[in-house]
Amino acid sequence: MREVKLETYAENTWCKGCGNFGILSAFTQVLKELQDQGLPLESIVIASGIGCHAKIVDYINVNSFYSIHGRVPPTITGIKLANPNLTVIGFAGDGDAYGEGISHLLMSAKRNIDITMVIHNNQVYGLTTGQFTPTSPLGFTGRSTPRGSIEEPINPLEIMLASGATFVARCYSGKLDHLVEVMKQAITHKGFAFIDVLQPCFTFFNTYKLYNQATYVMDDHDPSDLESAYRRAREWQGQAEAKIPLGVFYKVIKPTFDEKLRRGKAPAHDKGVPDIASIVKPQR
Amino acid sequence: MPDYSFILAGKAGDGIRQAGALLAHLLARLNYRIYFWDDYPSLIRGGHNFSMIRASDYPVQTFADEVDVVLALDEFGAQEHGRRLKSSGYLLYDSDGFKAEGIGIGLGSIVKRLGGKPVMRNVAAVGAISALVGISWENVESVVQGLIRRDADLNLRIARAGFEQVTEARMKVERLDDQPLPLLQGNEAIALGAARAGLKLYIAYPMTPASGILHFLARYEDELGLVTYHPENEIAAVITAIGGAYAGARTMVGSSGGGFALMTEGVSLCAQSETPVVFVVSQRPGPSTGVPTYTMQGDLHFVLNSGQGDIVRLVVAPGDPDEAFVWTAHAMNLAWKYQISAFVLTDKNLSESTYSFMSRGDEVGWEEPKLWNGQGEYKRYLMTEDGVSPLAFPGTKNVTVKATSYEHDESGITTEEPDRIRAMQAKRLKKRGYLVRELSSMETVKVHGKRDARVALVCWGSTKGACFEVADRLDLKVIQPVVLEPFPAQMVKEALEGVSRIIGVEVNSTGALCRLMSCHGISVDEQLLKYDGRPFSVDELLRSVSQVIS
Ligand SMILES: Cc1ncc(C[n+]2csc(CCOP(=O)(O)OP(=O)(O)O)c2C)c(N)n1
Ligand code: SF4
Ligand SMILES: [Mg+2]
Repeated sequence: MREVKLETYAENTWCKGCGNFGILSAFTQVLKELQDQGLPLESIVIASGIGCHAKIVDYINVNSFYSIHGRVPPTITGIKLANPNLTVIGFAGDGDAYGEGISHLLMSAKRNIDITMVIHNNQVYGLTTGQFTPTSPLGFTGRSTPRGSIEEPINPLEIMLASGATFVARCYSGKLDHLVEVMKQAITHKGFAFIDVLQPCFTFFNTYKLYNQATYVMDDHDPSDLESAYRRAREWQGQAEAKIPLGVFYKVIKPTFDEKLRRGKAPAHDKGVPDIASIVKPQR
Repeated sequence: MPDYSFILAGKAGDGIRQAGALLAHLLARLNYRIYFWDDYPSLIRGGHNFSMIRASDYPVQTFADEVDVVLALDEFGAQEHGRRLKSSGYLLYDSDGFKAEGIGIGLGSIVKRLGGKPVMRNVAAVGAISALVGISWENVESVVQGLIRRDADLNLRIARAGFEQVTEARMKVERLDDQPLPLLQGNEAIALGAARAGLKLYIAYPMTPASGILHFLARYEDELGLVTYHPENEIAAVITAIGGAYAGARTMVGSSGGGFALMTEGVSLCAQSETPVVFVVSQRPGPSTGVPTYTMQGDLHFVLNSGQGDIVRLVVAPGDPDEAFVWTAHAMNLAWKYQISAFVLTDKNLSESTYSFMSRGDEVGWEEPKLWNGQGEYKRYLMTEDGVSPLAFPGTKNVTVKATSYEHDESGITTEEPDRIRAMQAKRLKKRGYLVRELSSMETVKVHGKRDARVALVCWGSTKGACFEVADRLDLKVIQPVVLEPFPAQMVKEALEGVSRIIGVEVNSTGALCRLMSCHGISVDEQLLKYDGRPFSVDELLRSVSQVIS
């Protein structure tokens, strides 16, 4: 079946031990499985922002748009609006999606556009060498906060639930099989799908120990129950001692924005040139 | 030469714009050439509004200082505009509201008697003006029926009652022996030009004076076969447009200076990723929020220089709806041909004023870009003779389309190698040379007026309207570059042969075009600059130019 190579010739420049490797191999696995299920590889488009996470598009041999900092959601929104046959997946950093571009993330969830957003949440700016992000814990010492961050972190899951996302999940790059499973569900979900992936930054914020000890996969949660989803999402607000639930917190099916907006049109394929005479005519 | 001017004035919310549109269409129906300036403050209620309409057998594109009729729905309007009346002119006013020196008509009581809403005084007023200037009831009837759908019968009865209040015509606006022309605002012409060249996705966040494009396209989505989208902000707008174009759809965004400021990261992304997008920038007085509903030509250098890095771009500045129609279509086709961003620079005056539209509508259409021929391995940034890499879109079998904001190799993989960096930038810059060559066979510079005149007015954008008319009256020449980047310096210089005096005319405070020309070794002798938010009236420019050349 699969004769296409999924890797590119690009040299991988992530640090040894980086959590991004887990996300890359999980996604590669997902691509293989989706292909085996009959999804043509050429109908997949991935996009990324700017940061360590974003290099992922250089490492995978599929259609991609290496976009700019914070702008992954509008990039893939444009792609999806233009061609409804494409399956679009965005990879963004926590600085990227929760800082620079949070308005786009919220509004994409609110609209329920049929895209998937995978956030590489390492609680730090990796590429710019270790500053605090919206998800860094209180007191985080980085180069821009040498006396410790004075801000409480945000809870991305709560924000996504409140924004109307129709698929909300959390994974850990160190739990590969679970990540593959949830990613597949997210990509095949019709509507806005969001996964916050806990991704240790080996170099600037090594959280392996915490995540290995604290994360657990929920097995007693009903993802159709929004109230319960909020409760489970609040179990971990960034504090060091809490348990960190993983899994699908919420899932619901609603009409998608792109279908409602396009009303049957396909901007990338429609080729007609309109006759404007019926619109522009002298007053009779 | 027949040349009539009207002012219809009232408070915001009085339906002044609609009254203006009715009168403009009435005059267009009598085969007049129309210019209609819609003057309104950035408020919904309480401010003062007026419509200024000029109708002539000459293709007028600006207003005159003196007017034949003022119709005032409020006392302020009567006072403010009454002084602009010619000695032979008439003031019509609503005598139910106040007293003034002129012809009072109880517009308020007409509406009340017939059970209309207060805003319908505007239709009664149009009836009254028509009777005053000798336009027949049949004309009024068909224009009101053609333009007003809601409460059509009631509006017609109110118009009739207004018409009957004026028992004697004081002037006679004769039907001209000419073709009737449709009326169009610049924004509508931009929208239609883009649609003819294959626009399929228009994305904009509302901002005066560009919003008209969004409103028009949203209304005619189905007729024009496209999708419109109003996202969370201008950054989202431009980035969505880039995503759409990458996937193969022709996209356009539009805003004014403040919104365009937010889009500049997208300008740069278009350049690096070689993604074609058309940007409409409709100028208003700045800096910052400035004066939202008035006009200025202050953003030329901002647009020319927007976006970090060395960028190949096309900037066109049409001067009227016909140019806006044709040049927006060219902008779209050229953007796709060269995989660059193209800018349509307009202003409040062109965007929101209404003009007679002469184009048939089929002058422009879709032009095919350079597409991949399906041979060999696809490389998004393949090196080619003209710097243009063939396009393929995601979804194509056996093709991987990798676009990027980073410097990259031919396949679209990030690079930091010095040779590749230089080669890729050189590749992108190459496109400019081919674009220049293509533009050299197009009418990138409009030359108007007396060919061998010694004095030339140089202008751009909507300021051409006043310049053309003044040049015709004073036997001068007008040179109007429509393309501002790549600047057609050679053509401007050719047009300037035999000219000994160059007068720059612009609606801004620093002479943006004059500065641009000086970069190309052309210096103007005089500058006539206006920057109070209003365009030049024909009389005002006539006086200024006469003074300079006397
Ligand atoms: C508009 C803009 N601002 C700032 C930067 C510099 N910058 C590059 S990556 C980055 C932060 C990346 O952090 P994150 O999104 O968390 O990605 P990570 O490197 O951690 O994967 C910043 C601020 C930029 N590229 N663009
Ligand atoms: S800096 Fe951190 S996130 Fe970036 S590659 Fe290294 S380990 Fe990974
Ligand atoms: Mg990060």
